[in-house]
Amino acid sequence: MSAAEKLTVAPRALPDGQGAWAQTAREAAAARLSEMGMPVRRDEYWKYTNPTSLTAEAAPEAEVLASDEAPVFGDADALRIVFVDGVFDADASDALTHEGLEIARLSDAAQMDIHWAKDVYGVLETNGQDPVARPLAAANTAFATDGVLIRAFGKVSKPVHMVYLHKSNTSDAILHHVVKVEEGADVTILENGPAAARFNKCLEVDIADNASFHHVRAQGRDHERRAATHVFARLGTESTFKSFTLTVNGVLTRNECVIELTGDDAKAHVAGAAVGDGDFHHDDTVFITHDAVNCESRQVFKKVLRNGAMGVFQGKILVKAGAQKTDGYQISQALLLDGDSQFLAKPELEIYADDVACSHGSTSGAIDEDALFYLRSRGVPESEAQNLLVLAFLAEALDEIENEDLAAEILNRLEAWFSRRSS
Amino acid sequence: MSLEEVVDNVKEGVDQDTVDAVREVGGKYKHGWNTEIEMDYAPKGLSEDIVRLISSKNEEPEWMLEWRLEAYNRWLKMTEPEWAMVHYPKIDFQDQYYYASPKSMAEKPKSLDDVDPKLLETYKKLGIPLKEQMILAGVEGAEELTDAPRKVAVDAVFDSVSVGTTFQAELKSKGVIFCSISEAIKEHPELVKKYLGSVVPQSDNFYATLNSAVFSDGSFVYIPPGVRCPMELSTYFRINAENTGQFERTLIIADKESYVSYLEGCTAPMRDTNQLHAAVVELVLLEDAEIKYSTVQNWYPGDEEGKGGIYNFVTKRADCRGDRSKVMWTQVETGSAVTWKYPSCILRGDDSQGEFYSIAIANHYQQADTGTKMIHLGKRTKSRIVSKGISAGKAQNTYRGLVSMHPKAKDSRNYTQCDSLLIGDKCGAHTVPYIEVKNNSSRVEHEATTSKVDDDQVFYCRQRGMDEEEAVALIVNGFAKEVLQALPMEFAMEAQQLVAISLEGSVG
Repeated sequence: MSAAEKLTVAPRALPDGQGAWAQTAREAAAARLSEMGMPVRRDEYWKYTNPTSLTAEAAPEAEVLASDEAPVFGDADALRIVFVDGVFDADASDALTHEGLEIARLSDAAQMDIHWAKDVYGVLETNGQDPVARPLAAANTAFATDGVLIRAFGKVSKPVHMVYLHKSNTSDAILHHVVKVEEGADVTILENGPAAARFNKCLEVDIADNASFHHVRAQGRDHERRAATHVFARLGTESTFKSFTLTVNGVLTRNECVIELTGDDAKAHVAGAAVGDGDFHHDDTVFITHDAVNCESRQVFKKVLRNGAMGVFQGKILVKAGAQKTDGYQISQALLLDGDSQFLAKPELEIYADDVACSHGSTSGAIDEDALFYLRSRGVPESEAQNLLVLAFLAEALDEIENEDLAAEILNRLEAWFSRRSS
Repeated sequence: MSLEEVVDNVKEGVDQDTVDAVREVGGKYKHGWNTEIEMDYAPKGLSEDIVRLISSKNEEPEWMLEWRLEAYNRWLKMTEPEWAMVHYPKIDFQDQYYYASPKSMAEKPKSLDDVDPKLLETYKKLGIPLKEQMILAGVEGAEELTDAPRKVAVDAVFDSVSVGTTFQAELKSKGVIFCSISEAIKEHPELVKKYLGSVVPQSDNFYATLNSAVFSDGSFVYIPPGVRCPMELSTYFRINAENTGQFERTLIIADKESYVSYLEGCTAPMRDTNQLHAAVVELVLLEDAEIKYSTVQNWYPGDEEGKGGIYNFVTKRADCRGDRSKVMWTQVETGSAVTWKYPSCILRGDDSQGEFYSIAIANHYQQADTGTKMIHLGKRTKSRIVSKGISAGKAQNTYRGLVSMHPKAKDSRNYTQCDSLLIGDKCGAHTVPYIEVKNNSSRVEHEATTSKVDDDQVFYCRQRGMDEEEAVALIVNGFAKEVLQALPMEFAMEAQQLVAISLEGSVG
C-alpha cells in the first residue's frame, strides 16, 4: 500500500510519567503505528469488517443497559480484578495477591524504570505484526491506560477473573494485559463483561516450557458496543495454550488471536462460539505460526446467526520450513437461521514443510430440516427442537473448554440466551 | 522367471502407462525444441502504432481497432496485480514483440510439397496426425482425405497467428462455426460484436486489458441452437519465436440446448529468457447449453535452476446466462515458470451448474497461483471444485478461490475439495479460499488437506521393484485420479504422462 492510501494517525500523547522500559516500549509502538497507519476497508485483512468505527477519533456512543442477568463466572472461586470503563477499580477487586501469582497494575509498573514485563510487553505484539500488520494492537501498546501484569509460578489454585463493567455512554477503553507463565506453571484467566462503548484490548501471553495457559472469556455486548481485541501468545517446548471465546451480539466485535509455536511438542487450541441475533457483526481472525517440530494446533469456530447478523472467520495456519510433524486442524462453520444473515470466511493454509498433516474445513447452511422433523415428530416443540440442534452444533467449540464447570456455565448461558430469544 | 521378468510383470500389473511415461522421456521437457523458421515480426515494444499494426495485419474493420485502442488506453492507466503468491522480476512490457507470424503463411501453399517443411516438422513433433498436419499447413483439398474414426477438429496457433483450422467444412454442415478469431471478426462481425468482452470486459484486469489491446489471434466457436457438436474441438497453441509474447483470445458461444467439448493444449521452446503469455477465454452459455473446456497447459517451465520459462497470466471465465446451462473446466497445469490463472463460472441462469477440476504441478522453481471463482447468482445453482496441487523441488503452489452465494441464489449448493501434496521439504503448498455466503438456503462445504507422499506407499511400490521416481509418479497419479478421470480420453493419457514427466528429478 502506498503512503498516500494509509489512514494517517492523529498525533496523540503517550501516557505521562512512564519509566524507562514502558516509555521505550510505547515510543516504539507509536513509531510502528505511524509507519503502518490505521486499517482501512481497502486492506485485504479488513475485507469483511469495516474498521471505520474502531479507528474514528471518538468512540461512537453506546447506551449503558441495565441487566438482570447474573454476571458470567459470578459464582466461580476466582481472584477478581474489576475494571470500570477501562479503569482498574481497587475497591471492587480482590487483593492482588495469591499463592503462585505476582500481579501488578500496568499504570504502577510502567512508572518503574525496570520491570520483568519489559520482555513481553509490546514484544509479542511486535512479533505478531509480521507478515500482517495489526495497527490496532500497536495503538494499544502505545496508548494503553490500564491493565495488569501477571506472573504465574507452579499450579495456581484458582483462576484470575477480569470483570469489565460498562458505566459511561462514551467510554473509550484501552487495556493491555501481560501474562507470563513460568516454566511448569499452570494458570487460568477468565474474562467477561461489556467493558466500554468502545474497547481496545490486548493480551500478551508468554508461556514457558512445560507450562499451561487456559483462557475462557464471555463477551456479551449488546447493541452499540464495539470491541477490537488481540491475544498474542508465544509457546515454549511442551507447553499448552487453550482459549475459548463466547461472543454474544455486539454491533462490532473483532477478535484477533496470534499464536507462535516456538518450542517443540507444544499445543495451541483456539475456539469460539458466536451467536448473533440482529444487526450485529463478529469477526474471528486467527493466525497460527508453527515454527517448531511436532506441534499441534486446533481452531474450532462456530457461529449461529439470524436477523441480519454477520459472521466473519479469517483463519490461517502458517507452517514454516523445518516445522515438521505439524498437526494443524481448522474448522469454521456457520448456521444461518434465516435468509438475512451472512457468513464470510477465509480459511487459509500456508505450508513450507512436507511432513505435515494440515486440514481445514468450512461449511455454511441452514438448520437440518430432517433433524428438526425428527425431533418434532417425537413431540418436541419447534422452538425447543431448534434450540437443541443449535446447541448441538455449538458443542464442538464448547468441548475445547477443559474445565467442566466453566464449560457448563457457558452452556447454561447459551441455553438461557436461546430460550429467551425464542419465547 | 528371472527377477527382471517378475519385476516387469508386476509393473505391468501396477500401471503400465506411468512406468512407460517415465522411461520414455528421460526427464526432459518434451516440447523444448525450437523451429528455425523465418518470421514476420512487428517492431519490439508496445505503442498505439503496434496496436494499429496488429489490427491492420489481421485486416480488421474500424470498430475492432477502436475497441483495441480503448483497451490500450485503459491499460496505460492500470498497474500490475501483486496479490498473488508469485515472485518474479518486473516485466518490461517494451522489451517484447507483440506480433510474430511464420513468413511462409503469407501465401497459401497448394500441396504438401509447397509447405514449409519446418512448419510441418513442428506439428509432427507435437504429435498432430499427418493428415491434420496438411490441413494445418493450409494444403488445399486436404480435408477430403480425412476419415479417421474419432475426429477432432484442430485450430493451431503458431506464435501470433492461427495457421489453420481442420474439418471446417464438416462442421459448417451442422452450422457450427469453428475458425480463428481474426476470421470471425471478418466473417461473423455480428456475433463477435455482441459477445466479445461481454464476459471478460476490457477493463477486467491488467492482463485481460493488455490482451484486449494486442490479441493477435485465437479461436472462435459458435454452436447453433440444439446442435451437439459432432466432434471435439481443439486448439493448439505454440510459442516459437524468441522474446515474443503470445496473446490469444478465445470466444465460445453455446446457443440454446447445444453442446461442445473443447480442448486446449500449449507448448513452447526452451529458452533462457522468460516469455509472456496473457490469454483471455470467454465462454457464453445460453439456456440448456453445455460446454466442457479442457486444458493441458504445458508451456516451458524453465530449467532446474529456474532459468527461463513462460509467464502465464490468463483470464478465463464462463457466463452461464441461460437457465440449466452447464460448464465444466478441467485443467492440468504442469508448465509455465509462473502461473496466474483462475477459470471462473458466473452462474447467472437458474439451475445452472459450474464445475472445476484442476491438477496443478509445480516442480523446481515453478510458481503456480491458480484456482477458480464460483459466483452463484441464480436460484438452485450448483458448483463443484476439486483441486489437486502438487509441489516438488523448490516450487510454490497456491490454490486461490472464491465461492460466493448471492442473497438471491436460493437453494444453491457448493462443494469444494482442495488437496495438496508436498514432495520434499523445500517446496510450499498454500490454500487461500474465500467463502461468502449471503443466504441461508444454500449449502457451502469446503475441505482442504495438505500431506506428503506416504512413506508406506513408496515402500510398498519399491518392494515390488519400482524405483523411487516411478513410485512417486504412480502415487501422484492416484492422488490426482478424480481430476484425470474428468478429462476427455486422449487428454487423460497425455495428462497422466505429463504428471510423471513434470515430477522428474523431484525425488532424492
